Amino acid sequence: MTTKRQPIIQVKDLVARYAEETILENVSFEVYEGEIFVILGGSGCGKSTLLKHLIGLIRPYSGQVIVDGEDITHANSQGSQGLLRKIGILYQSGALFGSMTIAENVALPIQEYTDLPSDLVPPLVRMKLSLVQLEGYEDYLPSEISGGMRKRAGLARAMALNPKILFFDEPSAGLDPVTSAGLDRLILHLNKSLGTTMVIVTHELQSILAVAQRVIMLDKGTKGIVAEGNPVHLRETSRNPLVWRFFNRQPEESAHPA
Amino acid sequence: MRVLGAFLHDKAPISLTVDLSEVTYVDDFGVLVLVQLRHRMTAQSGSFSLINISDRVREILALLHFDDLTEKAPLPRKQISNIFVRLGDASLRHINDFRYLTSFTGSIFLAILYLCRHPRSLRTEDTVLAMQKTGVDALPIVGLISFLLGLIIAFMSSVQLRQFGADIYVASLVSLAMTRELGPIMTAIIVAGRSGSAFAAEIGTMRISEEIDALFTMGFDPTRFLAIPKIVASIVVVPLLTLYSDVFAILGGLVVGVLMLDLTANAYMAQTFATLAPFDVFLGVLKSAVFAFLISWIGCFRGFRVQGGAAGVGEATTSAVVSSIFLIILTDSVFSIILRYWG
Repeated sequence: MTTKRQPIIQVKDLVARYAEETILENVSFEVYEGEIFVILGGSGCGKSTLLKHLIGLIRPYSGQVIVDGEDITHANSQGSQGLLRKIGILYQSGALFGSMTIAENVALPIQEYTDLPSDLVPPLVRMKLSLVQLEGYEDYLPSEISGGMRKRAGLARAMALNPKILFFDEPSAGLDPVTSAGLDRLILHLNKSLGTTMVIVTHELQSILAVAQRVIMLDKGTKGIVAEGNPVHLRETSRNPLVWRFFNRQPEESAHPA
Repeated sequence: MRVLGAFLHDKAPISLTVDLSEVTYVDDFGVLVLVQLRHRMTAQSGSFSLINISDRVREILALLHFDDLTEKAPLPRKQISNIFVRLGDASLRHINDFRYLTSFTGSIFLAILYLCRHPRSLRTEDTVLAMQKTGVDALPIVGLISFLLGLIIAFMSSVQLRQFGADIYVASLVSLAMTRELGPIMTAIIVAGRSGSAFAAEIGTMRISEEIDALFTMGFDPTRFLAIPKIVASIVVVPLLTLYSDVFAILGGLVVGVLMLDLTANAYMAQTFATLAPFDVFLGVLKSAVFAFLISWIGCFRGFRVQGGAAGVGEATTSAVVSSIFLIILTDSVFSIILRYWG
């Protein structure tokens, strides 16, 4: 890994605000190419807000977000169109289009952005679906499959155009431990075989320890990053009480004493 | 508790000690009694104490924060500031709404321009589906309502016109009123109720389930992807529905004419055709196309503006229908005024 420490995402002095409430203040970090990077923190610390800034859904109040050499905070719509094709996003609920079948959902970006002859689209869709072990479910509607399958289908759609970066919003939220572990394994597998950079927002401790190579931890109080590094290392050595409590699954002091 | 309260009121003791030695278990209702007693005593500036508390009870009391339950005031909710702040908030919200409305309308016109230059970019399947839902599925209800409307107009007017022996003008009245005014308006109102609401609900639900975000980050323009098929479908289908409604209204009038006024069907139809100028029909169709645009535009707009959860979708749906109907009536009066001074 030391061979290519090329930053693919750079965040500089990001300030995020909703109306008059500041969510994040002066957040700066880098994500390197090919790594699995996890943004973690307790509820309401701004994880999802940060993710929305990284994918350009929200413009920052100030600061810069540079994805693959392009500043998305100033990119005009043409530029960000090209950029959007380099990233794939798995939303919390999968965000599949309810009126389309699984196959149509996955085929949508392929048909729209490639010149692939139409008779080659179905086999490609099948390949994408087999990547997430969903072959055979092409003609199902999103409402007809389980939550875990919807997430995997969402992942297949996110990977339709072979993105350089994949973003995950709470991938294991609402999944049982087995399905969730399966998704973790899938993430690791895809990262290893395709070399895709993964940015994951989650607070699922086991999932973090299983997949993350590097993490940043956000906190509501400081409105910024309180820790950065390898999760196992952080768990063992961090002296910051916030980090310690998170990785050792301890409640806050004011909560009920044992 | 009431007995205890009366007792405390009458005797007004200076101190109260509750012996819990016989108590093995207490639930939150029991704790409530203790809290009330303590509250009464502190109000009378007396003292209150518990003795002989078993471990189990002590645990429960600790769990329910018995010691500091009443002292902590509930966290103040932000909101409810003074009237000026709220007024300002409301104004800002409306300004934001308006700003969004403007940019949304702009994006629709850009998308329509783009569509004119690249007709093949239209999502044909979605458009056909929207046409079916807005148009074909509305045929029975539009037919029935228009038929009844024709019937009512003919019936009411025949009572008056008969006094002057002008029975035959029932045909003129029904056909003219329906093609110029009521046909377009009634059809538009039905479409607003059926489809305008559906557009808002569909797009609103997509908004809260992150599907719009997904579209955007996949590089699709949500306006072009979601709004344009609906708007195009409405503009094509609603004028056709209006013509269909005209036909059924005239049929309704015909039934009254033949059964109650002893007119022949031939005479009725001849009078209808003699009255109607092509311009009347054209005007009705033109109006309904404008109404169709307004309904689908406001429906999609409300959908895109949905915030929060399921309640937000409900609000958007309601406001889509209400604003559509308002806009329909408003535009119709604008049409009337223009025609008055122009025609």
